[in-house]
Amino acid sequence: MRSKTLFWPAAILLFLALPLVLDNNYLFSILIVIGLYAIIVQGLGILMGYAGQVSFGHAGFFGLGSYTVAILTTRYDCPPVLALLAAIVVPGIIAAIIGRPTLKLRELYLALGTMGFGILIHTLFNEAREFTGGPSGIGGIPYLSAGGFSFDSDVKFFYLVWAMVLLLLVGINNLIRSRVGRALRAIKESEHAAETAGIDTSLLKLKAFIFSALLAGLAGGLYAFYVTFVSPSPFGFHNAVQFVLMAVVGGLGTFLGPLLGAALVVLLGELLRWAIPLAIPGAGGEYEIIFFGLILVLLMIFRPEGLGTLGKTLKSPAGKPGYKERGHTC
Amino acid sequence: MLLEVQGLTKHFGGVAAVRDVGFAVPEGTIFALIGPNGAGKTTVFNLITGMLQPDSGSISFLGKPLNRLKPYQVAAAGITRTFQNLQLFGDMTVLENVMTGAYLKGGTGFVRSMFRLPGINREDKLISEQARALLAEVGLDGAADLPAAALPFGQQRLLEIARALASGPRLVLLDEPAAGLNSAETKDLAVFLKKLKQAETPTNGLTMVLVEHDMETVMEVADRILVLNFGQEISTGTPAEIQADPEVIRAYLGEEDQIA
Repeated sequence: MRSKTLFWPAAILLFLALPLVLDNNYLFSILIVIGLYAIIVQGLGILMGYAGQVSFGHAGFFGLGSYTVAILTTRYDCPPVLALLAAIVVPGIIAAIIGRPTLKLRELYLALGTMGFGILIHTLFNEAREFTGGPSGIGGIPYLSAGGFSFDSDVKFFYLVWAMVLLLLVGINNLIRSRVGRALRAIKESEHAAETAGIDTSLLKLKAFIFSALLAGLAGGLYAFYVTFVSPSPFGFHNAVQFVLMAVVGGLGTFLGPLLGAALVVLLGELLRWAIPLAIPGAGGEYEIIFFGLILVLLMIFRPEGLGTLGKTLKSPAGKPGYKERGHTC
Repeated sequence: MLLEVQGLTKHFGGVAAVRDVGFAVPEGTIFALIGPNGAGKTTVFNLITGMLQPDSGSISFLGKPLNRLKPYQVAAAGITRTFQNLQLFGDMTVLENVMTGAYLKGGTGFVRSMFRLPGINREDKLISEQARALLAEVGLDGAADLPAAALPFGQQRLLEIARALASGPRLVLLDEPAAGLNSAETKDLAVFLKKLKQAETPTNGLTMVLVEHDMETVMEVADRILVLNFGQEISTGTPAEIQADPEVIRAYLGEEDQIA
């Protein structure tokens, strides 16, 4: 028992100490990207794993965050911290506007509706040239800085991003164990029963949606400050699908699921990018998609509940698929 | 009168699922809705709880109209329900199901829930303790940490009732609570419902409206009965009156005979 409770603090400390021993920029950029995606997927995880609503449009919120930072800092001389706050708020406002009508849709139609939103935003980035710079995007974004301190290196960004990831882990854990967390899970299980318990399901779904958009916006703003330029390409439909993939592969409704999912998908992508040209000379991105699909299928066959159930779970320990089928007599 | 229904009518397409139904339920009594399958009983429930809007008619609770309220608002007004085909939160524990039933008793919102503040901890602990006490009353406290889906069917029915009681409602609508129970469980249920009627609530005992097919249970626990057929009222009265009513007998059996 004792070794178990020491494990997590030790693991976290070791992880945070990485920059002191490693000196590999490539590795850092991977870890930063995983961290950014983990932020998005943590939000998406609340929406999908708890409120039970899917969204294929979160790359749009991610992009809105990035472009908000880009436009505010390069065109309006906005202080970086303020721009980052705006990057969080703008997607939240958009989510509040489209959320009500969109969340009235169910299942497939909700997936399509959110997908439509994502494509709309992506097209906007590409086409509204005066505003967004079109396909070439906007460059020259300043470093994120506050009171003289500037996040101008990979190491600093690594700590910034992962500090946020850890804070969110704690916050989301608290949320799940709370009355609101139970209400969210209730909505996923049975919306009718949740209503009869006095839960305003429409409002709570909307809040979960807005929350996930806020987090995607945060990640987007940080991303813009990290790469220092933005273009439409990371914010397309394929990324929106990847976020859902990360959430599902990591395990919906699990504590570490978002991190594991983000890590797996990113690392897998890197691995394939390196390995495929070796195996198939001259192969390009299209093969990556095939292998991705294959791995996803295998995972869904052998471990449909995702990887996150290997560790701690936020739901009751018995909250794995199989219980739902077993207990019911009809 | 706690609940008053007048002229309630609901059509689905061209079919009148409920037509001009009216009844009144005094506080601290058990009122039963009976009738053949498809008679419109669950529709009446859905209309009361706000899941459906009536085409015409009125529903008032404690003197105030319920029309136009959303289901969660009806719950906040003091009316909860159980479901014919069980709508438990299967992946949540037994305790969590009841705690969720007490949602209205808490007040911490989305944002504040992300912080482990002492006030929130206290609120959660209180709700947890009250939920355990409620589970003890229905005999499920031993199963508190099991997933709800793992319970045997009879206990799942009890759990749903416990969940419906968790918010301290004035009126509970029970949709076929005896369905699928064996005879021992059914007898226990009847005893339990009568006990609930006597239990202490802010004013009198708990008021219940029951939809039920098990005639023994109905005759045993109901103070008044309304018989529906094809969405319309056939008869109203005490159990004795209903049992003797030839219209009721004909609706159920289609011939002259006696209900046991």
